[in-house]
Amino acid sequence: MVMTEETAANPSFAEQAIEHNANAPGLDESVEPSDIKMRARDVSIYYGAKKAIDEVSVDVFTEHVTAFIGPSGCGKSTFLRALNRMNDTIPSARVEGTIELDGEDIYASGMDVVQLRARVGMVFQKPNPFPKSIYENIAYGPRIHGLAEGKGELDAIVEKSLRRAGLWDEVKDRLTDSGTALSGGQQQRLCIARAIAVDPEVILMDEPCSALDPIATAKIEELIDDLRGRYAIVIVTHSMQQAARVSQRTAFFHLGHLVEYGHTSDIFTNPREQRTQDYITGRYG
Amino acid sequence: MSPAIPLLLALGLGLAGWLVARARAWTFKRAAPHGRLAALPKYHAWYAALWIAVPLLLFFLVWDYASGQLIMAHVLASPEAAALPKFGLRRATIINEAWGIANGTTARALNEESVALAEPFRQAISRYQLIGIGIGLLIAGAGAAWAFLRLKPDFAARTKVERLVLAALLIASLVAILTTLGIFVTLVFETFRFFGMISPIDFLFGTQWNPDPMGNPNNPDPSRYGAIPLFWGTIFIGAIIAMIVAIPLGMMSAIYLTQYAKPGLRKWVKPALEVLAGVPTVVYGYFAALTVAPFIRDIALALGASNPSSESALAAGLVMGVMIIPFVSSMADDSIAAVPQAMRDGSLAMGATANETIRRVLVPAALPGIVGGVMLAVSRAIGETMIVVMAASTAASLSANPLDSMTTVTVQIVALLTGEGSFDHPATLAAFALGFVLFLVTLALNFVALRVVKRFREAYE
Repeated sequence: MVMTEETAANPSFAEQAIEHNANAPGLDESVEPSDIKMRARDVSIYYGAKKAIDEVSVDVFTEHVTAFIGPSGCGKSTFLRALNRMNDTIPSARVEGTIELDGEDIYASGMDVVQLRARVGMVFQKPNPFPKSIYENIAYGPRIHGLAEGKGELDAIVEKSLRRAGLWDEVKDRLTDSGTALSGGQQQRLCIARAIAVDPEVILMDEPCSALDPIATAKIEELIDDLRGRYAIVIVTHSMQQAARVSQRTAFFHLGHLVEYGHTSDIFTNPREQRTQDYITGRYG
Repeated sequence: MSPAIPLLLALGLGLAGWLVARARAWTFKRAAPHGRLAALPKYHAWYAALWIAVPLLLFFLVWDYASGQLIMAHVLASPEAAALPKFGLRRATIINEAWGIANGTTARALNEESVALAEPFRQAISRYQLIGIGIGLLIAGAGAAWAFLRLKPDFAARTKVERLVLAALLIASLVAILTTLGIFVTLVFETFRFFGMISPIDFLFGTQWNPDPMGNPNNPDPSRYGAIPLFWGTIFIGAIIAMIVAIPLGMMSAIYLTQYAKPGLRKWVKPALEVLAGVPTVVYGYFAALTVAPFIRDIALALGASNPSSESALAAGLVMGVMIIPFVSSMADDSIAAVPQAMRDGSLAMGATANETIRRVLVPAALPGIVGGVMLAVSRAIGETMIVVMAASTAASLSANPLDSMTTVTVQIVALLTGEGSFDHPATLAAFALGFVLFLVTLALNFVALRVVKRFREAYE
């Protein structure tokens, strides 16, 4: 299936995706329309007068990892940050089009951004633990959202989140140590645990492994695979291998356009577009 | 000797040396095989000029002092000096007057003796002036000879000039350090003289401050030199009341400016806030004394206080707090702005509001820097004098009531040194002991604050 800006406005895109999915043996179970977690339609993003994203339409599926790939400056991170309105912190940024979470427009005027970000969590390129203890890093989100009543519940959330992030065994004896004292890979898993702690529905990851060594990267990829069963995950990555390893869907961005979007296996083995072919074979990017 | 003479001499000879050396370097250059020298002619010129002018000026600095001594010795040896009174104020007055008449700064003599003495002074001055100029010329000649002997086509004048510039910069930076050292030594010396009369224990732990500059200097009453009320007043006004004003306001303005203000607004508000730091403290002082203090007294009256003082610790502390705001806010501003954007994004992405992010992530992360700023502000506040002099009286009292009049260490230093006591009286020397304590405390505060700020900087770089 070809997903370019010309066909992006096509309302039957989701059906096409399902149809395509059904026709592709060996892929994940067929996706019902209700499994679409986030739906972006004709999204354009501007920084001042500069158009960074041009009419992109993408679906994010529950229990799927969706990878955004493309050369630097193609707008994939910008688009990712639009999914939980982190672009709001940039005064000149402006979003057009619609992005829905469970059918609800997240850019509608009544939308509570704070609640949105609790439901759509984010992990950044560089691990950014707060300069607090490991425990407090995880407890931060549940505290501000009032998710735990009493110390016991909070302890349970901290343990559960660290376990899911595969960090519990490494840090359970030093929860009071500073989060910044961990290694880079541990810090990034701490940030993932922190995002999990508020029980989000979608987790956005902006090149989560680009600052890590290969072993830490492998651990994070394994973790992403584990987390897929619970959350819709969107990952921006520079590494084609990583996209191929962890994702079920891949969107290829180029110069602010969505060139192609579809099953990861199709994108990598049988791309529809010449530009995708060129990029994944390393002709440019 | 008027300072114009050595200056003109140095300038004129230096310029001559400069021109001659440059001309000489040009002749080298023309004669050189490829028309190239190890240094440009102007460096040869500067090398010669500096070797002429600098020793000359240094000599005249020394000579200015030495010639005064020589002139005095010469005059006192003259027959006219025999008529002088042997000791005392009158003798000194006559000598000063005669000297003034001799060099033309005093037009009319009040004492007849000085007119007679003026003539030997006149002779001595002109004699030593001539000697000074003669030696100066010799030194300049020696410098010139030294420089010109070394001017050769392959002479590295450029690096030599560089080294001289380096030496000049080093001397400039030493001036500040040596001055500090000098101040410290003076303080220590006078403080020990004071502690020879009053025991440090009485001074540091006594609770009565009431020095008597007219009392018998040889038998001072130690119970009048207890500095606790001064330390308390200083801390109460500078570190408590002023900080209650400055910390919240400074923090809030820093948070507003870094987190909420639009860049256009910030561009105007931040410099406007920093102007506060440039207002002379005397101006704050009369604002405190004429506006704030009466206002506070009126409020106290309205609230039923009986006979409130028109000079209150509260008035001084409030105004001082306002004065300190820019110190707190600019340090807090810098530290909050230095917390990486990633921290802020991380918190916002968790669904925290801007306010929660500031309170629970940014301020804790910036805390060391903020604490450092506050400590610098405290050390500034406890050293502040004018506001307290004008708004908080000079009577020492050990009270926790902010409406009472109170005094601080700095105010007492001013009062003691400008009082009528002589300089070896314990009441005057007490000022040095107070200054010494203040110096140590602010030094310690600055030291700790700078360490804290430095640690904080390292944490994020």
